Amino acid sequence: MSKNTIYINGLGSVSIQEQSRNFDLSTMLEIQQGINLAKQPSYKDLMPPASLRRMSKGVKMGMYAAKIALQESDIKTPDAIITGTGLGCLIDSEKFLELLLENDENHLTPTAFIQSTHNTVGGQIALQMGCKGYNFTYVHQNSSFESALLDAFLQIKGSELENALVGGIDEVGSSTYKNLQIAEKINTEEQLFESGVNAAEGATFFFLNKEATEKSYAEILDISIENTMDKNRIETFLSDNNIAIQEVGSLFLGSCELAVDKEYFSSFESLFPTAEKVLYKRYVGHHHTASAFGLLLAAEHAQKQVCNEKYTLLYNQFEGKDHSLILLKKC
Amino acid sequence: MEDLKKELKVKIIEVLNLEDIELSEIGDQDALFGDGLGLDSIDALELIVLMDKDYGIKLSDPKEGREIFQSIETMAAYIAAHRTK
Repeated sequence: MSKNTIYINGLGSVSIQEQSRNFDLSTMLEIQQGINLAKQPSYKDLMPPASLRRMSKGVKMGMYAAKIALQESDIKTPDAIITGTGLGCLIDSEKFLELLLENDENHLTPTAFIQSTHNTVGGQIALQMGCKGYNFTYVHQNSSFESALLDAFLQIKGSELENALVGGIDEVGSSTYKNLQIAEKINTEEQLFESGVNAAEGATFFFLNKEATEKSYAEILDISIENTMDKNRIETFLSDNNIAIQEVGSLFLGSCELAVDKEYFSSFESLFPTAEKVLYKRYVGHHHTASAFGLLLAAEHAQKQVCNEKYTLLYNQFEGKDHSLILLKKC
Repeated sequence: MEDLKKELKVKIIEVLNLEDIELSEIGDQDALFGDGLGLDSIDALELIVLMDKDYGIKLSDPKEGREIFQSIETMAAYIAAHRTK
């Protein structure tokens, strides 16, 4: 494999936070509710109104975030579009299934069905951008985004791609999320459950390129997705990249602060006693691709770092599964 | 017939998510496809389902659909003559 380096040259997001190109953790509000909906931007500013009418919220959020991320580069059309999503286009999936029931399995309308597939967002972005290159969508629960990122990372490293647009998208579907509240997996206004999270939705995209620019946010040094995680695995990950534990200056953790997760994050943090720590789900809520927003915060943070020698490490997992590590270096 | 035309316009705006279009902007004789309202093949499928679900009319011949879906006026005339509910 060649020694191409991979840089984050563009970022874009739609989240429950106010739109920003430079998030400041000290002014961001921590979420308090069980279900948090994303703040919707003015889509008509970036997309033709006629193309918006069939798009569900997830498609619109993904398209908007992708366009913002690409706008930060000089590239008009990316080589590839790679997305990750936990539950895909949930709103259209629910609509389609509800219509099936409502109409006694007759009179099935095509729009919601066509748009309900998990790769709708990646497909729509490709149509809008005229990208006929590699287009892939990963659906791997809480490592969906990391899988998409790893794919782009390996293909750019291996010179199969020069650049890629990579993102994570998940939207709140009212029926599904109501059921998850009944199952005590998502908190309600009245009650915080032992295994309940504060859920949210959003889309976050990155434009990755093998060439750095003056605006580059960070270099992605390595990505790892694991079924289990322990001290040895973390140490090996860092030593493979010739980095000592004390060189990691910041940790971005995808913790939902549940009892079941505590052991994993505590033992992880204990390896880095002097590192700065950010629990990004306090700001963006939990969804299967919330780690994409974590990476956005970490990349912006890396860009602002004064000291060049400190690295930023992201660790994400959920209920002891879907562990991932992403290592960033200031450009 | 006028009531049916108005009903059709309301249903088309709702079913096809034509959020930015007012009832008054759709003329009875305006082309629904192409240069008129700009509907496409997915919209045609939605209209076929609408005819079946709301008026009990099953369209199976695509050539027939081309005639019927020319405008609100042609749709209303066909529905008035063939509706079963």
